[in-house]
Amino acid sequence: MTTVIAPLDAILWIPAVAVVVLSFVPSYRLGAAVNVLASGLTFAAGLALLVTERTRSDILIVDDFNIYLVALTTFIGFTTSIFSASYIGHELEVGHLTPVSLRFYHALYQAMMGAMNVALVANNIGLLWVGVEVATLSTVMMVGIYRTPAAVEAAWKYFILGSVGIALAFFGTILVYLVSQEVLGEGLSAMAWDRMVHSAQKFDPKLLSLAFVFLLVGYGTKVGLAPFHAWLPDAHAEGPTPISAVLSGLLLNVALYALLRFKILLAANPATLNVGLIMMALGLISLVFAAFMLYRRRDIKRLFAYSSIEHMGIITFAFGIGGPLANFAGLLHMTMHSLTKSAIFFAVGHVAQVKGTQRIADIRGLSTSHPALAVGLALGVVAIAGLPPFGVFMSEFMLVSSSVYRQPLLAVVLVFGILVAFGALVLRLQDVLFGDPTGPSDRVKASYVPLFIHLALVLIAGLWLPEPVVRWFRAVAAQLG
Amino acid sequence: MHSLAFDIAHLLAGGMLVLSFLLIYQDRITAMLNVFALQAVMLALSVAWQAHAQAAPHLYVTAAIALVVKGFVVPAALHRIVRQLGIHREIEQVIGGGPTMLVGLGLVALSIMLVLPIVEGVDPLAREDLAFALAVILLGLLMMITRRNAVSQIIGFMSLENGLILAATGAKGMPLVVEFSVAFSILIAFIVFGVFVFRIRERFDTVDVSALDRFRGERGDQG
Repeated sequence: MTTVIAPLDAILWIPAVAVVVLSFVPSYRLGAAVNVLASGLTFAAGLALLVTERTRSDILIVDDFNIYLVALTTFIGFTTSIFSASYIGHELEVGHLTPVSLRFYHALYQAMMGAMNVALVANNIGLLWVGVEVATLSTVMMVGIYRTPAAVEAAWKYFILGSVGIALAFFGTILVYLVSQEVLGEGLSAMAWDRMVHSAQKFDPKLLSLAFVFLLVGYGTKVGLAPFHAWLPDAHAEGPTPISAVLSGLLLNVALYALLRFKILLAANPATLNVGLIMMALGLISLVFAAFMLYRRRDIKRLFAYSSIEHMGIITFAFGIGGPLANFAGLLHMTMHSLTKSAIFFAVGHVAQVKGTQRIADIRGLSTSHPALAVGLALGVVAIAGLPPFGVFMSEFMLVSSSVYRQPLLAVVLVFGILVAFGALVLRLQDVLFGDPTGPSDRVKASYVPLFIHLALVLIAGLWLPEPVVRWFRAVAAQLG
Repeated sequence: MHSLAFDIAHLLAGGMLVLSFLLIYQDRITAMLNVFALQAVMLALSVAWQAHAQAAPHLYVTAAIALVVKGFVVPAALHRIVRQLGIHREIEQVIGGGPTMLVGLGLVALSIMLVLPIVEGVDPLAREDLAFALAVILLGLLMMITRRNAVSQIIGFMSLENGLILAATGAKGMPLVVEFSVAFSILIAFIVFGVFVFRIRERFDTVDVSALDRFRGERGDQG
């Protein structure tokens, strides 16, 4: 077994230590500071991981596919921890939350970040499952933190559906092991993902296909693909906004990442079922369904939760088509969606705080009452709707052009879904931004830095992608097949 | 010709499936808890037999965990909670016992038809276990769907996890890491469930999940 390197240890150990420390910190302020510090250190380690050499053991793996996602995850974890400090501070002042209910909030936050890192760098498919599971359980606890009837229902629903999903994913994992141990022999090496990919050709294709069906339904529930998405809007709308930001920006990605690892495994054995076809179908169903659902939303956080389902649909569709260009588009879209959607939730969190409501009908005329927030929200909406010059436009354009070439009929459905969603967002948010101002217009102690950093990154990516990033995306797109 | 090892494993796994059926139509919470405890004991026996048959002593640990935690501790704790909440009354079901049993039979047929033809290469012990395990998992799912009461949903979920462990131990030489993680997750799941049950009780004076429906965000003016 090779020795594992320092940054890899750091991204796993910093959150683990932080969880222990934070569960003994009673003060909210100190907890928030430690949380920001730990997230910052993890991000630094995540960046360092980008330039270290690729290593593997039967437990952990560092390859092109996961380093960038680790960097993205730790970055958004860091910016969200800054946003969380100001958001939760305000909730405490207003009395929506009490110090008692926040007692383990920061420890859970670090537990979630650590678990996501474990899932990302796991080579052992059992460990991958553990990571996704722990990350889910810690977010369940945080979704229910307001203890209102709606929040408890949302958390309960999230927990039940999430557990069923994760149970099915575990059954799929057992089946994959069963196939693999026939060839690789018993023990840990038969659960190592990279060893499996190498000998996938000798695997029993029928059992592997059956395993993938379970994995798809299991992890697909976490990704929020229709028709397994029922938990997602509730969990986003009723939980605290920093959690909505990390759910949309990170946890959905991590679940999709798990699915993609298994897609690579099945792609290595040509006799298995055509995974791409199923993913294209699920992606398009999610996209079109969520696009229409956007029209009937009355709650602003619920609106953007459905928009997340829509975008996860687009990404799944992209990976379903496959090939260098579509995979490139999928990876880029994954990154852009994470950055943009978390930025939008940062803005929406503060908007809901100043107006004291999440009802779209009661939020009016932000551009007059809170210009800075209005600019942030407007830019975020323009970006997520896929307008140039933002990065989301780039990735959607690439995807549409590659699907016109590969699957012309499905491209029509794709464009239709994107346009329907675009219309819904404009319709719903026009009055929020430009109507006659209603409700309180007090100043808010908002942290604009995370919001505008994210938007700036999305803008830069839309105008110019740095050469190393392009090279990385190409390499991974090739790996994804 | 099947060996004795195969026959006994078959018997124990089949016993778990029968208990799953018993769970589905129980309409009193206390009876359900007892049946669940019995199923956990059956699981422990089955895992212990696998440990013996596969000559894998670490599986005895898994068996012990299943016996102690799921056979005794969890049911005892849930009995307590049920008494505290004062819900010894009958459980309402979304669909009645008869149709549920028929759906359950269908699910068992489905899992046998799904698993047996596909897993031809694998040794028969693992294969039959897998079919039984899938059936237990699907019946657990069915129970979670048809019950509206929070405690019965918990039992459905735990019965589902019984099926998962049966599958995991049936797969030869599955590393210990995984079994531990499963045991651990059950523990966490229980804590989380416990917290939720108390919160739901605290807020609504009922653990009937359908009572929560009217708080759905999109309904009425709430959205």
